[in-house]
Amino acid sequence: MIDLVTFIPRAIGQGIPLLYGCTGEILTEKSGNLNLGIPGVMYVGAISGVIGSFLYENSVGAGNPLNGFLAIMIPMVCSLIGSLIMGLIYCFLTVTLRANQNVTGLAMTTFGVGFGNFFGGSLIKLSGADVPSVALTRTSNFFSVSLPFAKNLGWFGKIFLSYGFLAYLGIVVALIAGYMLKHTRVGLHLRAVGEGPSTADAAGISVSKYKYVATCIGCMIAGLGGLYYVMDYACGVWSNDAFGDRGWLAIALVIFTIWSPNIAIFASILFGGLYIVYLYIPSGIDHMELKELYKMIPYVVTLVVLVITSMRDKKENQPPASLGLSYFREER
Amino acid sequence: MSKNNTNNEPLIHISKRDVLPWHKAWGVRALAILAALVVCAIVSVALTGDNPISIYKTIFVGAFGTARKTWVTLQSVSILLIISLALTPAYKMRFWNIGGEGQVLVGALATAACMIVIGDKVPNGVLILIMVVSSIGAGAVWGLIPAIFKAKWNTNETLATLMMNYIATQLVAYYTVVWEVPKGSGKIGIINQQTNAGWLPQLGNKYLLSIVVALIITVALYIYLKYSKHGYEVTVVGESERTAQYVGMKVNKIIIRTMLLSGALCGVAGLLLVGGINHTVTTTIANGQGFTAVMVSWLAKFNPITMIFTSFLIIFLERGAGEISTVFGLNHSFSDILTGIILFFIIGCEFFISYKVSFRKKEKEAK
Repeated sequence: MIDLVTFIPRAIGQGIPLLYGCTGEILTEKSGNLNLGIPGVMYVGAISGVIGSFLYENSVGAGNPLNGFLAIMIPMVCSLIGSLIMGLIYCFLTVTLRANQNVTGLAMTTFGVGFGNFFGGSLIKLSGADVPSVALTRTSNFFSVSLPFAKNLGWFGKIFLSYGFLAYLGIVVALIAGYMLKHTRVGLHLRAVGEGPSTADAAGISVSKYKYVATCIGCMIAGLGGLYYVMDYACGVWSNDAFGDRGWLAIALVIFTIWSPNIAIFASILFGGLYIVYLYIPSGIDHMELKELYKMIPYVVTLVVLVITSMRDKKENQPPASLGLSYFREER
Repeated sequence: MSKNNTNNEPLIHISKRDVLPWHKAWGVRALAILAALVVCAIVSVALTGDNPISIYKTIFVGAFGTARKTWVTLQSVSILLIISLALTPAYKMRFWNIGGEGQVLVGALATAACMIVIGDKVPNGVLILIMVVSSIGAGAVWGLIPAIFKAKWNTNETLATLMMNYIATQLVAYYTVVWEVPKGSGKIGIINQQTNAGWLPQLGNKYLLSIVVALIITVALYIYLKYSKHGYEVTVVGESERTAQYVGMKVNKIIIRTMLLSGALCGVAGLLLVGGINHTVTTTIANGQGFTAVMVSWLAKFNPITMIFTSFLIIFLERGAGEISTVFGLNHSFSDILTGIILFFIIGCEFFISYKVSFRKKEKEAK
């Protein structure tokens, strides 16, 4: 039987990057932009943070203690700036220049993953390590600080309190985004832009502004997912391609959650669990190949959910009506 | 626009252009590529410290430095070209198939399966025939599944095909462990190294076969899309699904048929990769080309002939940037950065082809 007390924290650890990516992409898609560049954005967010903390650790020197505030703020700000720039590139191309969103997104993913692996590789070379990875354990220790009394609370502490602050921040961001979309005027306007940009435009809502802001904030949130993965989940160890396809999974999660950040919290943890469930299914030593089949589970589940939501065809479960289309006022 | 200004005309006015003459359109694109190359040079100079001329030279050497390099470049172009061509009919009808990667992979897997399982049981000619049929069939099935979902329930095809990629990857990973040689190595190795059973025949040299196949498919697809009834239907569905329905086309049938073709052609690419080039299968054999092909196809405006040039451009850069990273001891992902920059520029320049930007007249402001 699966040992839940060890399984759930790992599932949550896997789920948080997905949650960030998913929340970011929901905001983006609500504005009518289908950003397929999220995988690239998450790589850029992660590597920007890594670069920031690498420079900071080196400037402090090996023996001296790090300032906790700076150790957290520098990587975070770097990560936010990096993903913001990616968001601006995407918006400039698709909103201002009205380029095809699918192609722009794929180009961003090519660029972002290349950017991450390139600078990751360069840092690995700079640090002169024997293994193909950069270890920033000292900064990472600040990121993975959990509540001091969590250890004394047994299974409760392990399941609910054993994470670094970024994990809780992810959940808070998702809750705020969910509230914002459903219960505020800004959220209403944003949804209007995604559903019918020309109607929103006629009502005096600045379509471009909403698209820019929503997409850029979405990218910054997604970038934090990359940062969480490196700094907390991977204990500050960056190795190339380690982040894998989580960005794509985050995009797929958006449909799974029918564009609701609140559902995303549970869905991402569920997917985090599916992502690692192969480690917990006993397959025996002479059937290692079955593990590879179990790794298929999250993708098959996504596909099934995708098909089922489209079969049910409920009005409130549909993507924003103008998703993937650029808006040009003078076009009829 | 400040409020105390009585002139309410916006500073920049954007309007849609009539169709730009082709030479002007290509002029804009050439300018964009030129600008992109300048930016790439600046980035390369910043990272390598070398002068730009020698960087361009290195790029060129990387792609065409020796006869072997030239052939490898051409071979890579042909594989990317086949995948791009494969995706094109689907894109023409606005079916965003980003599952090229998975369709190539299952094609490759089917080829490898034939080579391993029945490699020594049937004569070579029959084996190759079976390989061709099964790889094309496997690719077609992989394209068919999302197409059926789309046709029946309007399932989002972008995400469905994306998930099919990962399912294919894990399927290959599974069989890699099943067939690994030697046990525990985690890879299959060269299949039938002694017997060469199932290795596709060579035309002249070992690179030419994929190039010839690519050219044949290019011409065939050009004719298919431009002059056949099917091609016309694909275009109509892409322009407006409603129109297609009004004139009595069976849209669902067209979607399924086109995706079958799309997947089948991807299967051919898988066949060539395993049977003709690598003689083995790995999870990374498609090497992200299923995604690159999306951009190649779109850059060429879905025209098969133009696609020869766009796939050439991408491969040229990729191999050139690869050479830069080897020569200057940079990471291999450098080429992805350069490709990304160039793509941004080309994507951006399309705006200036379809829209006209006019500024507010100066005299009016003087009033």
